[in-house]
Amino acid sequence: MKRAFRTAAWALALLATPLVGCAPDGGGIQSLKLAGIKGRGTLICGVDGKLPGFSFVNPDGSYSGLDVDICKAVAAAALGDPTKVDFRDLNSSERFAALASGEIDLLSRNTTLTLSRDASGGNGLSFAPTVFFDGQGVMAPKASGITSLRGLAGKPICVESGTTTELNLADRMREIKAPYTPLKFQTGDQTYAAYLQGRCVAVTSDRSQLAAKRTSFPDPAAHVLLPEVLSKEPLTPATVNGDPGWADAVRWTIFGLMQAEELGITQANIDVKLAEATANANQADLRRFLGVEGEFGKQLGLPADFVVQAVKAVGNYGEIFERNVGQGSKLKLERGLNRQWTQGGLIYAPPFR
Amino acid sequence: MNTPGSSPLQRLRRELFASPLDGLISLLLIGFLLAVGLAVLRWMLFQAQWAVIQANSTLFAVGRYPVDQQWRLWLLTSLLALASGLSWGLLRRLPHPGPAWPRNDRLAVGLLIALAVVAPLALQLQASVQLRWWLITASLITSRWAAGRWGQAIPPALRRWIPLIWPLLYLAGMVLISGGLGLVSVPPSEWGGLLLTLLTASFAILLCFPLGVLLALGRRSELPLLRGASVLYIEFIRGAPLITLLFLGQNILGFLLPGGLAPDRVWRAAWVLTFFAAAYVAEAVRSGLAALPPGQLEAARSLGLPMPLALIHVVLPQALRVALPATVGQFISLLQDTTLLSLIGLLDLLGTARTVMANPAFLGKNGEVYLVLAVLFWCCCAALGLGSRALEHRLNPLSSPAQA
Repeated sequence: MKRAFRTAAWALALLATPLVGCAPDGGGIQSLKLAGIKGRGTLICGVDGKLPGFSFVNPDGSYSGLDVDICKAVAAAALGDPTKVDFRDLNSSERFAALASGEIDLLSRNTTLTLSRDASGGNGLSFAPTVFFDGQGVMAPKASGITSLRGLAGKPICVESGTTTELNLADRMREIKAPYTPLKFQTGDQTYAAYLQGRCVAVTSDRSQLAAKRTSFPDPAAHVLLPEVLSKEPLTPATVNGDPGWADAVRWTIFGLMQAEELGITQANIDVKLAEATANANQADLRRFLGVEGEFGKQLGLPADFVVQAVKAVGNYGEIFERNVGQGSKLKLERGLNRQWTQGGLIYAPPFR
Repeated sequence: MNTPGSSPLQRLRRELFASPLDGLISLLLIGFLLAVGLAVLRWMLFQAQWAVIQANSTLFAVGRYPVDQQWRLWLLTSLLALASGLSWGLLRRLPHPGPAWPRNDRLAVGLLIALAVVAPLALQLQASVQLRWWLITASLITSRWAAGRWGQAIPPALRRWIPLIWPLLYLAGMVLISGGLGLVSVPPSEWGGLLLTLLTASFAILLCFPLGVLLALGRRSELPLLRGASVLYIEFIRGAPLITLLFLGQNILGFLLPGGLAPDRVWRAAWVLTFFAAAYVAEAVRSGLAALPPGQLEAARSLGLPMPLALIHVVLPQALRVALPATVGQFISLLQDTTLLSLIGLLDLLGTARTVMANPAFLGKNGEVYLVLAVLFWCCCAALGLGSRALEHRLNPLSSPAQA
């Protein structure tokens, strides 16, 4: 019975494939998805909904977080209104299916970009630029004086058992020839409780998660994240593979947020910059970037001022970062890899040309 | 109680300190319970930070329901309170009037008043919201009193139609919640919290019951095709965990039905809950059918009743009475199963709690949130259980209604 059901599902999915394939995908202007979103008047955005700093619901029912701000920026760019977003909370197992079935337009749900998720033979997603370079980190009490992984040699470290975190830690410690005692726990809560009781001198998890947990500790300032990053977790928004026009629109909206930071354009000064660019015909780069001249927007199927709209709605990339997970938030994460390339980070927007 | 020495002190002595060993065990247990109780109380009063509940009380109650439309939910709550009071009063006083306020009723009213007074104050809700809760509680108790006082004055012909207010109210509630008929539409994605939990649970409970009865009859049918299909359905559903079926509903339907045709995620989940519970209710009802002597049906048939009438008038009333406790147990577990909706990304009570705990302003307040959740669920399940006990007593011809 189950198998028959599955076969039927596949048969229908196969029948639907050529229809999707026939979609006119020459140039962004004719993007089916974008036309659908404009017709509907709202962007449907898949988020986690339960991740500190990335997406959660405020007491007044509105959504906040870094992932959420990306959705708002895209809605502002495509529809001119950051409030026109319909958020869908998705768990990790249904997120790709929701994207593939067209239930959501954009997946902005702390998803790590990997080969198998990108490849058409795998999940077949189309990834936008990475908005948060996360990675596994290690946290230790400040008082212990430990400043690097090497300092942990011979000491007990708390890990959640059966996770990739556990394997990554073992690999890295073997690499630097530092034996240690892993203390394994079934759940995250147990792991942190043991760490706080002093049963181990360090605890390991994704750096953003460590920072989030730290804010709930009795004295958050007494714990530091060690500088080493044990794994690569580039958290990246994604769209469905079949619609390059829509993927481009999302990609360049996000690049626009990054470029705005590089150019020093903020939510506060965007009107001034826009007036400056409009008045001064010599600032050709800025004029094109802000849509005063040229047809970047038109090429993407977006309004000419899509960058202006996005930055007005949520600020530039740096502002989004600081407000949600950085110094302006309780998480107090360092920019680290998420600095602009000009400051030694990985945030790099290709030229708007 | 006619045993000698039934004053409270003597009873305590007899039940807890009959022998030295008993006394020792009692003392140890009482000491342990006191220690735990004190620790919990100390935590609740001095350590817990209830700001997380105060700030998010609306979110817990109705989720992301638009603020300017929330009057509809207040109206619905008031109507529900009035209808509950009316039914409660009539059930107690009819057909044979017992005492106006039996002990259980006095207890329930006391609890309701205490809850209505203490809860809004403890949560420091806005004055207007507090006032609304007090008014709603007052109207519930008033209508209970009025129905008990004047219930008998209602002509019996009219009285028969009174239970119909519930389905009508349910339909009206659906319109009030989702919009239509001139009201602004509020999509299911904006329902949440207790509202979503109760809505999906009541939807599933109402629909799974008739479905379950049909399945149970089908399973005992003499038509092989019908019997086979019923058995297949029941065994398939019972062989799969609810969470897999929920995932199936969320993930597969989107592929099977193009674009906008698939029902909303909330409705998909509600239907899956319904179909799931129906299989278990069917087995409960079947146990009731099996408990019935076959002579009942044979007698009804030999009196010339056609099969459907024999089932409706003779077999089912007796079978359902036997199956009632098991069925209500199923309903209660169905109510608790709605917490699984949080795993498929819906903002039911548990989902709301998890998203609240992810707010950096309230990180680490798990204890407070889960305690409130447990109390809320306990209240809902206790209400279901009490209601079913009252119904059982009423349906059981051997017990007088006053005992309930």
